[in-house]
Amino acid sequence: MSHEPKALGGRIFTPTFCLCIFIVVIAAYFAVKRLIFGIGSVTNLNDGYPWGIWIAYDVVVGTAFACGGYVMALLVYIINKGEYHPLVRPALLASMFGYTLAGVSVFLDIGRYLNAYNLYLPWQMNFHSVMFEVAMCIGTYIFVLWLEFTPAFVEKWGLKNFGKKLNKVIFAIIALGVLLPTMHQSSLGTMMLMAGYKLNPLWHTSTLPLLFLLTAIIMGFSMVVFEATISSRVYELGDETSMLSKIARIMTYVLGFYLVIRFQNVFMRGHMVDAFSGSFLGNMFLLENLLLIIGLVILAYPNYRNNPRLLFIAATCVLVGGSLYRFNTYIIGFDPGNGWKYFPSVGEQMITYGLIAFEIAMYTLFVKIFPVFSVHAPAESNH
Amino acid sequence: MKQKEFDQVQQRLGGVSRRDFMKFCSAVAAGLALPEAVTPKIAHAITSPNRPPVIWLHGSECTGCSMSLLRSEHPSLEKLMLDLVSLDFHETLSAGAGHQAEEALEHAVEANYGKFILVIEGAVPLKDGGIYCRVGGKNFVDVVREIGPKAGAVIAVGSCASWGGVAAMDPNPTQCVGVDQVLKEKPVVSIPGCPPNPYNLLSTIIHYLTFNKLPALDSENRPKFAYGRLIHEHCERRPHFDNGRFARAFGDEGHRQGYCLYYLGCKGPVTYANCSTSQFGDAGSGCWPVATGHPCFGCAQKGVGFNMPQFSTSPVLHQTPAAEHAPINVERPDAKTPGSVGLMAGLGGAALGAGAVFAAKLGKGSQHEDEKA
Repeated sequence: MSHEPKALGGRIFTPTFCLCIFIVVIAAYFAVKRLIFGIGSVTNLNDGYPWGIWIAYDVVVGTAFACGGYVMALLVYIINKGEYHPLVRPALLASMFGYTLAGVSVFLDIGRYLNAYNLYLPWQMNFHSVMFEVAMCIGTYIFVLWLEFTPAFVEKWGLKNFGKKLNKVIFAIIALGVLLPTMHQSSLGTMMLMAGYKLNPLWHTSTLPLLFLLTAIIMGFSMVVFEATISSRVYELGDETSMLSKIARIMTYVLGFYLVIRFQNVFMRGHMVDAFSGSFLGNMFLLENLLLIIGLVILAYPNYRNNPRLLFIAATCVLVGGSLYRFNTYIIGFDPGNGWKYFPSVGEQMITYGLIAFEIAMYTLFVKIFPVFSVHAPAESNH
Repeated sequence: MKQKEFDQVQQRLGGVSRRDFMKFCSAVAAGLALPEAVTPKIAHAITSPNRPPVIWLHGSECTGCSMSLLRSEHPSLEKLMLDLVSLDFHETLSAGAGHQAEEALEHAVEANYGKFILVIEGAVPLKDGGIYCRVGGKNFVDVVREIGPKAGAVIAVGSCASWGGVAAMDPNPTQCVGVDQVLKEKPVVSIPGCPPNPYNLLSTIIHYLTFNKLPALDSENRPKFAYGRLIHEHCERRPHFDNGRFARAFGDEGHRQGYCLYYLGCKGPVTYANCSTSQFGDAGSGCWPVATGHPCFGCAQKGVGFNMPQFSTSPVLHQTPAAEHAPINVERPDAKTPGSVGLMAGLGGAALGAGAVFAAKLGKGSQHEDEKA
C-alpha cells in the first residue's frame, strides 16, 4: 500500500470538542442518576414500551450508523478491493465507538444491570433467544472492533513484537468482524418479529431480518460517505469525491435491491393501501421511502454522484431514511395497545445526545493522536 | 422416607411405588402451601400404624362429594381412603348393610373415642324434630349430636354440610342447616363446593394427621389454603375482564373467542375458592366450568350458590387485586412534555440546519475546484 496513515496532530481542545464534553457531562449526571435511582427516575419507559430511544436509537440506529467498519472490511478484505483501503480505518474508528456506546446504552437500559455478567456464563445462556444472540454478537463484536483497530495503536506506540503476532491472527479477527454484524444486524430485525400484531403491518413482516441487514449495509456505506465528506473538509485532507462516488455506485445496487424487496413485500401482503391512507403511520412509511428514493435517484446518475454536494445530500437522505425505517419499526409503528404512550424524557434524550457527543469527541481526539487518515491517498486516486 | 421403612408399609398401600407415594406427599404439601421439607413428615403421618381413623356420615345430599372423591386418580382415592387414611366407616361405601353397618359405626366410634376425624357430607334437616332424614331408625340430627362431640375434629364436606347448600334452597321445606348450626360447641371445618375439589378435603385431613392440628381457617372456618382468594383473582379469563372483552350471550363471537363470562352471570367475583388454580374435581386442566365456557355459579359461596339467580351479574368485590400484589393496571400518562419535545425538536432542527449549511459550503468548495480546474 502506498498510503501510510498518519496522526493529524493539532489542538485537541477545540470549541467542538469542549461543547461535546459539556453535553457528555450532562449525560453522565443522568446516567449516574439512573444507575442509583433506577430506570423510572430518568426515563419515560413503561410496561407498554419497555424499549425506548436507548434501544431504538443507540442500539438499532446507532449500530447501523456504525456499520461503516463492517461494509468497508467486507469490501476491502472479502471482495478484495484494495483501492478503498484508506477509508477502512476512519470507518473502523467510528464503528468502534458506535458499537461500544451501544453496549453502554444496553447496560443502562437493562433493569438490573448488575446481573449483566450472567450473559457470559455458559450455564446461564439461553440458546433459543434472539435477544441472547444479539447481545452475545454485539458484545463480541465490540471486542473484535477494538482488535481490528489495534494496528493503529501498534503503529503509534511502536509495539513491533505485538504487531507481528497480531498480523498472524488479524485475518481471523477481520473474518469475525464481517461475520458478526451479518448475524446480529439481521437479528435486530428478528427481534421485532415477536412484536406480532403490535407492530403495524407496514413494518411487520417475516422479511424483517433481510431488510435490517440490507439497511445496515446501505447505512454503513452512507456513513462512510458522510463521514469522509465531513472529515475531508474539516481536516483539509483533500477531495475524496472520486473514491466516494465509486462506493456510491455500489450503494445504488444495494439500495435498489432493498427498495424492490421493501415495496414488493408490502404489495404482496396487501398493505400498500395503508401506506396511502393518509394516516400518520402511512405518511411515515412514505416519508421513510421517499428519502431513500431521493438518495437512490441522486446516486444512480454519475453526474450527480460525482458532485460532492449532491453526494453528501444523497448520503444524508439515505441515513435519515434508513434511521426512520428503524425508528418506525422499533417505536413509531409499534403500538402495544391499551393506551400506552411513549415519548423520551429529557434525561433519556440527554443520555442519547451524550453518547453521540462522546462519539464525536473521541473521533476528533483519536484522529489527532492515532494514525487514522491517509492524507495523500486522495490525490493519487484523483487521476 | 427411606426405602426400608417404605417396604414395611408398601403392602398396605396396594403396590404403590415409593416414588409415586412421595410424589403424592409433595403434591399435598404444595397444595397446602407448605415447604417441601414437610413432605417426609406427611409420608410418616400417612403410613403411621397409629393414624387417627376417619368416620364418614351422610345427611341430606346427593353423595356427589363422595363420587368426586372416588373419581380421584392421584393415586386413586379409594386406595387412599381405605389404605392410607384409615376410613373406618363410610355409609355409602360400606360392604355391610342394615344393623351390621350400624354396629360397625358404633364400634368405630367407641374404639377411637376422641381421636377420629368425623367427615359429614350433607345438610341437617331440623323441621319436625329432624324426621326428614333418618338412617337406621335414627334422625340424622340426633346422630350428629351424639357422635360429633366424641370426634377429634369435625369436617363438613360440600356446600350442604357447610351451610345447607342445595338442600337449604329457598323455601327450604325441611329447614336444612349446615353442621355448624347443630354442633355449636365444636369448630367445624367447612369445605364448601358442589362438590369441592377432593384435594381440599384430603389436604385438610393430612394436615391434621401430620401436625395434629387443623390448617389455618378463615372467619367461616374454611381452610385458607384453598378458600383464601376469589376465583376471579386467578381466573384464566381475567385478562379479558380487565380489557373489557366480554361474552354477551351464549354462542356469540365473544363466547367463541373465550372472553370473560361475567355478563353471562359468572359468580367468580364473589366466590372464594381455588377452582381457577386447582381446577374442578380431579378431571385435569381445562375442565372447570369457566374453562368449558360456562359461568361459575358460586356453588362454594354461602348466599351465592343456589341463592343468586344463575344468569344475573354479581357485584365485583375487588376490581383490582389486593394492594399487596403487583398492580396489573398502572398509570399510562402521556409522556410528552414541552421540555422533552422542545429538546428533540431543537436539536433535530440544529442538526438539520448544520447539515444544510455544510452542504451549501460543499457546493461553494466544488465550484472553487471547478474554477481551478
